[in-house]
Amino acid sequence: VADVAEKVWPEIPNRVTPMVTELNEFFWTGGADGILRMLACEDCGRIIHPPSPRCPYCLSARVSPRELSGRGEVLTYTINYQQWVPDQEPYVIAVVALEEDDSVRLTTNIVCCEPEAVSIGMPVEVQFVEWDGLHLPCFRPAPGAPA
Amino acid sequence: VTAVGERNAIVSGVGMSQVGRKIDRGPMDLTLESALRAIEDAGLTRDDIDGLVTYPGAGYPLAQAGPALFDVQENLQLSLGFFRSSSEGPGPIQAVHNAALAVASGVARHVLVYRTSTRSVIGKGKLDPHIYYFGNHYWADPYGGSSPSREAVMATRHFHDYGTTREQVGAIPINQRRNAALNPDAVFRQPLTMEEYLNARMISSPLCLYDCDTWGDGSVSFVVSHRDYAPDCPKTPIGIEAFGTAVRTRASHDQREDLSTMSAAWESSAHMWSRTDLKPADVDTAHLYDGFSFLTLIWLEALGFCGKGEGGPFVERGSRIALEGELPTNTDGGQLSFCRLEGLGHLREACLQLRGEAGERQVSKRGGTPEVAVVSNGAGVIGGCMLVTAGVNGSA
Repeated sequence: VADVAEKVWPEIPNRVTPMVTELNEFFWTGGADGILRMLACEDCGRIIHPPSPRCPYCLSARVSPRELSGRGEVLTYTINYQQWVPDQEPYVIAVVALEEDDSVRLTTNIVCCEPEAVSIGMPVEVQFVEWDGLHLPCFRPAPGAPA
Repeated sequence: VTAVGERNAIVSGVGMSQVGRKIDRGPMDLTLESALRAIEDAGLTRDDIDGLVTYPGAGYPLAQAGPALFDVQENLQLSLGFFRSSSEGPGPIQAVHNAALAVASGVARHVLVYRTSTRSVIGKGKLDPHIYYFGNHYWADPYGGSSPSREAVMATRHFHDYGTTREQVGAIPINQRRNAALNPDAVFRQPLTMEEYLNARMISSPLCLYDCDTWGDGSVSFVVSHRDYAPDCPKTPIGIEAFGTAVRTRASHDQREDLSTMSAAWESSAHMWSRTDLKPADVDTAHLYDGFSFLTLIWLEALGFCGKGEGGPFVERGSRIALEGELPTNTDGGQLSFCRLEGLGHLREACLQLRGEAGERQVSKRGGTPEVAVVSNGAGVIGGCMLVTAGVNGSA
């Protein structure tokens, strides 16, 4: 589990705060302890994202948040250079596939890493970023990955 | 396919307002200008119009959606049997699809379709997961996601999987700038060189400034009529051969299986080709969505003009997609260099080319005007396409 007290960089001041609903509250707030949680089906076992009141695969209504390893792999990414706010630093937006099921992806930031060092296939681990009272799951290079 | 009902519909009239990067006229003013031009172009008066359609319609910001249907109905004092806007569906082209289905089913005879844009209004406040389709914004904007970044991640994966290069993609905006030089209405008409393209400011890698389209003000309108009006059209009627409007797999920006391409483009393209005997080789000109240049490359692949992953070599150096090439593409300069007419500018240009009204940029095929054109709209998770012909062919 990453040290949540550590300074996370770069700053991304142009984040937009997501509206929290009964379906996704666990996702946006559950990272306070550094653990990534996603919805999963108690019957067929699949991870469900985005959250839904029923499993899209087996249609079971028995769905609940599950603790995950927080590890994954970069499927693709972009380095944003456009300064949406003045003097903004470049930052990476990536799509990360989760270790438990690589068909489940998160659009996220790769943080604590030079943007130019990010690559497809890079192993990453969750690093929550506090924002507006929420804990946004971002990712940092896993130990041993170039950074 | 047992019936291709859209073949009962034709495009009988085309109209465009003044367009520009930023012009000091309101959305209703521009809409009425393009609408009245389209009605006159169809040889009709407003009393003949019994249907009204737009995309995406009220509920979206005025600057993005143009005036509401009820306001246009009021301003033109229209008597309507059919009026409808929809925002969820296969992109802006769904407005034309709605109109075609209305005339094919007999609920209307002459449907006015308009699409108007007057600059963006960026909303403030929290992201609502209920109103942004497929979570395009909801799951990305907390991470600084943007319109360029959503398409850039697809380009990065395509470059990785297929060896596509910036030089290859750059042939698309360079070709369109060359076409725009021949279009007196275009916003950007000065030549663009490969050196300028490669040295341009990066927006969201690998997409640079010239990969992004031109925000502008303008309105484009059409009259969609029943095909039995074709003999009375003062201009060459544009036959609607087939629409492609499918969504079959997870359309989400990040959950779709293949992040290197647009599943929506592939599914809509396959749907369109399943509704016609025509083949990609029959297409004389292509008018493909170019909100970002890379999207045009994806549409070329999805529509079958080249193999999957072969879009880079296909467009390389631009000879195939040039006005004099085998598949002249975005001949008016498109959204990259002409003006962002929000998808439906591409249908207008297809109609002009098929009628032989494209002026200096007119395409010549087999010693005459083109006979078949393809039009596509859509980015990321949404995609729609249509095949149109000079004159009315085949039967429903």
